[in-house]
Formats: sequence, C-alpha cells, structure tokens
Amino acid sequence: MAVAAVETRTTYKLDQSWLVRLFDNKPFLIAICLFPAAALLLVFLSYPLGLGVWLSFTDTRIGRPGYFIGLENFESLWYDRVFHTAVWNTLLYTSVATIGKFGLGLWLALLLNNNLPFKSLLRAIILVPWIVPTVLSAIAFWWIYDPQFSIISYVLVDVLGWRETYIDFLGQPWPARFSLIAANIWRGIPFVAISLLAGLQTISPSLYEAAMLDGANAWQRFKHVTFPMLMPILAVVLTFSVLFTFTDFQLVYAITRGGPVNSTHLMATLAFQRGIPGGQLGEGAAIAVAMIPFLVLATLFSYFGLARRKWQQGEDND
Amino acid sequence: MASVQIADVRKAYGSTQVIHGVDIDIDDGEFVILVGPSGCGKSTLLRMIAGLENISGGEIRIGPKVVNDVPPKERDIAMVFQNYALYPHMTVADNMAFSMKLRKAPKAEIEERVTRAAQILGLANLLERYPRQLSGGQRQRVAMGRAIVRDPQVFLFDEPLSNLDAKLRVQMRTEIKELHQRLKTTTVYVTHDQIEAMTMADKIVVMHDGIVEQMGAPLDLYDNPNNLFVAGFIGSPAMNMLKGKITAAGFEAVNPKGGASLVWPIGKAPAGSEGREAVYGVRPEHVRLDPNGIKAEVVVIEPTGSETQVVVRCGGQELTCVFRERITAQPGESIGISPDTSVTHLFDAASGKRL
Repeated sequence: MAVAAVETRTTYKLDQSWLVRLFDNKPFLIAICLFPAAALLLVFLSYPLGLGVWLSFTDTRIGRPGYFIGLENFESLWYDRVFHTAVWNTLLYTSVATIGKFGLGLWLALLLNNNLPFKSLLRAIILVPWIVPTVLSAIAFWWIYDPQFSIISYVLVDVLGWRETYIDFLGQPWPARFSLIAANIWRGIPFVAISLLAGLQTISPSLYEAAMLDGANAWQRFKHVTFPMLMPILAVVLTFSVLFTFTDFQLVYAITRGGPVNSTHLMATLAFQRGIPGGQLGEGAAIAVAMIPFLVLATLFSYFGLARRKWQQGEDND
Repeated sequence: MASVQIADVRKAYGSTQVIHGVDIDIDDGEFVILVGPSGCGKSTLLRMIAGLENISGGEIRIGPKVVNDVPPKERDIAMVFQNYALYPHMTVADNMAFSMKLRKAPKAEIEERVTRAAQILGLANLLERYPRQLSGGQRQRVAMGRAIVRDPQVFLFDEPLSNLDAKLRVQMRTEIKELHQRLKTTTVYVTHDQIEAMTMADKIVVMHDGIVEQMGAPLDLYDNPNNLFVAGFIGSPAMNMLKGKITAAGFEAVNPKGGASLVWPIGKAPAGSEGREAVYGVRPEHVRLDPNGIKAEVVVIEPTGSETQVVVRCGGQELTCVFRERITAQPGESIGISPDTSVTHLFDAASGKRL
C-alpha cells in the first residue's frame, strides 16, 4: 500500500477593510462601547440626582426659582413630627416587610425546589404578583381593605363568625400600616422566591446525598448545606429587596396616600406629597435626600455581605 | 465491617426496568468492583446499596440486617462520589468531621480520628483549606478521608477516579488498594474502566443492561470469559472476534469482503461442535509473530516502547495484535502471525455463550 501523495495546500490571505481594523483597536473599541452607557448615566442619573441634592438646599417652589438657604430645609425637618413618623414608618415597613418576604419567599423556594406536579405552572403562578402593574394590584388591595366590601371582613364576620364588626383596615393608623406591609410582602415574594429558587438549583444534589449518608436529617441538611450555600445569593437578594422596599412609593400612594392623617407616609410618599402637590420642591427634595444615608448604609451592608466568602475564593494552591 | 448480600434486586422507573434481578454476595472485607459500560445499572445498584434509590424488588442485606427500608443515614455506610461532593463552605477538617459532629461524638475523639485519617491520606497540612483551594487528587483524598473518619461497615465508591488525569488515576488506584489492605473494610466500587477493575478488585462483577454477565476473580474473568460481552469488555486492547464456522480443520472465518476465507487453528474444539456457527476470540497479546503462520498485511503500527501494537488485515478482517518484539515491517508490508491455540476462545454465534 502506497501512502497517498501529500495534498497541495491553498491559502487565502486575510484582507480586511479599515473599518474592521479600526474595531480591532482596543482604545477605540472601549471608547465607543462605553459612550452610550456613560451618556445615559450622565443625563438620566447623575443630572437628576445632582439637581435633587441642589434643590434640597434651596427654597424652590413650583413656578418660582429658589434661593440657596443652606440646611434650613433639614433643620425644619428635624422638628417636623410628620417627617419623624415617615422615617419610623419607612423603617418599620422595610424591616417587617423584608422579614416577611424572606420567610415566605424562602419557604416557597424550598417548596418549589422539590419535584411537585405542575412545577412549571406553579412557578409561573408565583410570578403573577410581580408581573401585575403595582397600581393595579393596589386597586385590588383597596377593595380587599375596603371598610364595607372587604372580602377579609366578609369571611371573618359573615362566613366564620369570628368577629362582630367589619375591620376598618385603612381608617386607623396601625391597621393601615400592617395592611400596607401585607400588600408589600405579597408583591415582593416572587422576586425573593424566584431568586432563591435559582440559588437553590445551583446546589449540587450530591451534596444532599453526601449529607444524608453522613447522617444529617432534613433540618440539619438545611442548616449545614442549604443555608450556607445560599448565603451569597441571599445577601444579594436581601440588599435589593431592602432597597426596593425602602424606596417604595406606588403601593402606599395608591392605597392610602399616606393617610389616615399622615400616619402611613413613607419617606418617598412624603417627599412627593410635599414636593409636587404641596409645591414645596425644596422641602420635598430634602426629604428625598434624607433617604440617602439609609440607602448608603444598606449598600455598605451589601458590600460586606456580598464580599466573597473565604470558601468561594480562588483555586490558588499556595 | 459487614458482608453485603444482594438478592434478586430489581429496579424500575415506572414501567422501564433497568435492573433485572441481580444476585451478588460480598464477603466481609472483600473489595468488589461493579464494572460495565454506561447505562448498565452499576451506579444505580450502588445507590440502592447506599439507600439513595428505592429498591423495586428483591433484598439487600448489610450484615444480617435487611436494609430495604432503612434510611441511608442508618445504614452505616460511607460513599465517595464521582464529583467528590465535598461541602464547599467547610474546611477539609470540617468536611471530614461533619458526620462525627452530627453524631455528637466527643470533640477529642473527632479530632483524633480526623488527624489519623489525614495522616493516612497525607492531608495533614491541608486541614484548614477549603475544597476550592485543593487540586483534584487532594479533593479525592478528602472525600476518602470523610469516609474513613466514619469507620463505616461498608465503603461505596462511585467512579471516584474518573475526574482525575491518567497519571493521578494510576497513583490513586494504588492508594485506594493500599488503603483497603490496611483498613479491610468491605468495599463496593463502581467503575466503567476495566483496567481499574482488573487491578484493584478481589472480585469483579461485570454488568450489562441491568444483569450480571459474570462474576469472579479478575484473572478468572480474563482467562475464562463466560460470554462474548465479558470477553470483549475485559482486557485491553479488546479481544479480536471473528465470525465463522467450526470445521474439522479449525475455525473458518467469514471473509466480509467476499474473498477466500481463512482457517484459524483451534486448540481443542468442544465435542460435537463441528459445523456450528461460532465466534472465534483471540486476545491481541496471544498472537505471536510466526513466519510460517497466517499472512497478514500491516495497517497501523503503534509502538509504546515496551510492546508494539499492530493492526493487521487478513482474510478481509482487521485484527489487533500486541507483540513484545519490536517490528521493522512498514505499513503495507506482510507479516506472518499465529494465535496461541491454548488460549483462544470459542463462543456460540447465536447466544454468545462460551462453547
């Protein structure tokens, strides 16, 4: 058997236009890729933020240019009872709602991580509260919390007979606060549940099998495997959830408009109330700016929470 | 330590049966390897011993106790997973101590056992590392350490070496075997690599399509394969198999190209088998260079230094031969070969059973 003759090679030269070569130029590529994002950030993020901060140091009103008045807006807020209530409400709203969202969200995620019948359908249904426009769900809650037509009152009084009178959900400060928190939890669960479910699915099943053989019961498997493995994503989701809840506006404004008697105002709704309907742009901006320290704190928390844990770090073998 | 008895064990997923009644007896302290191609049910069987899969039929005993309905954590077994399944958020020491901590063993004893296991496996200075910071071989050792610390009745290994590179695999093979000789714990080991099976096992169980094809000592399987499957699976390079007919002169192989058929010598044909359709098997290492033998054309030569693997063509079929000698012939040239008739095999063409 003779070895076949070596085949002849034909080669073609790379012939690229100046445009192609330009796009191979790294500095050019970086500049052109960054430009749209940088422009967007500058125009739609930095400018409004800067303007907001500037307004908070002025006495601007709608239709009238303001003058720089230093910290006067903040001084008046310092003694403002309504503002104090708004801060406390915001803190209460954020902390209780976050705890609720995470408790229920984690529970849902763990449930959905099992092999349930109609799993994908269930997952889709879970997302509904998140997909529905906030104002729409706010209107639904309005009905649920209505003093006369509330379905909750109907069930408690007329069906089960546990109560004598209908509940005045939104007419009293504390019931109103907890009604809003419940609505916020309902709306926030999908985000938490779906994110944590994604986290749960990255945990290798063989870890659970190993733990099972090591002798761990269900609770120990959760405590020693699921929870620590979920921590990194939990920190991210927690941060986002806290930020969203802290700055929430739509639900509260649509359901109670801060009432009754300003008792459910959050900082965001109060800022809007004072700034736009009230016309005091400077004061509204000052309230909004007052949120910044809290948000920075939350971000710092996330910075440390997100910091890669030691066990996640590199493949270094030193 | 304990024996393991697998009696008529079956496994079905819905209506698909994947394990069709398997019987295996594993003695106390024995090293048994389940080997077979992917999808033969060997891993499923191992997971049934571990309790990670339900048993659809039959019985598994660990020691005297039937464990069909015993949850994995009460079976007193330890398993080494293919992907090691180390807890990534625990240090090496914590990984190894985890099972003892769950059992609330005294701290001093946990530490003593971890230290001892670490010494056996050469992990002593890695105890504070996290799994991510370890190499593949080190992770493999930690996984074994986790099993050793438990001092379980049975060790289960699920293809533990398949993620390692070739050199490390050979080294770990030795280490696992050494470990077994030292600890004498009953071991069930699953692999698809027949070399691993041959080199490590006290007893090999060859599985295929959910049944046990043959069970026995490694060399016994090599010398006396019960059927075509085992013959083809055990041994590397694989046994040459020629289809044809047993005649008075020997074995007349079919020439697939339609040319003249070759007659291969048989040591001793079984009585009354003349004229029977059969398969003739000869291992590559049992073919000798023989100037007076069958003329064959060299197709490919693969020297490894210690031996030379040659693919030859004769009678329209390709055969693999392994020679101890070095070969000067070039591809296309002709050499003479002859099989060692004392170790050729004959199988029934229809059933595949040994004749």
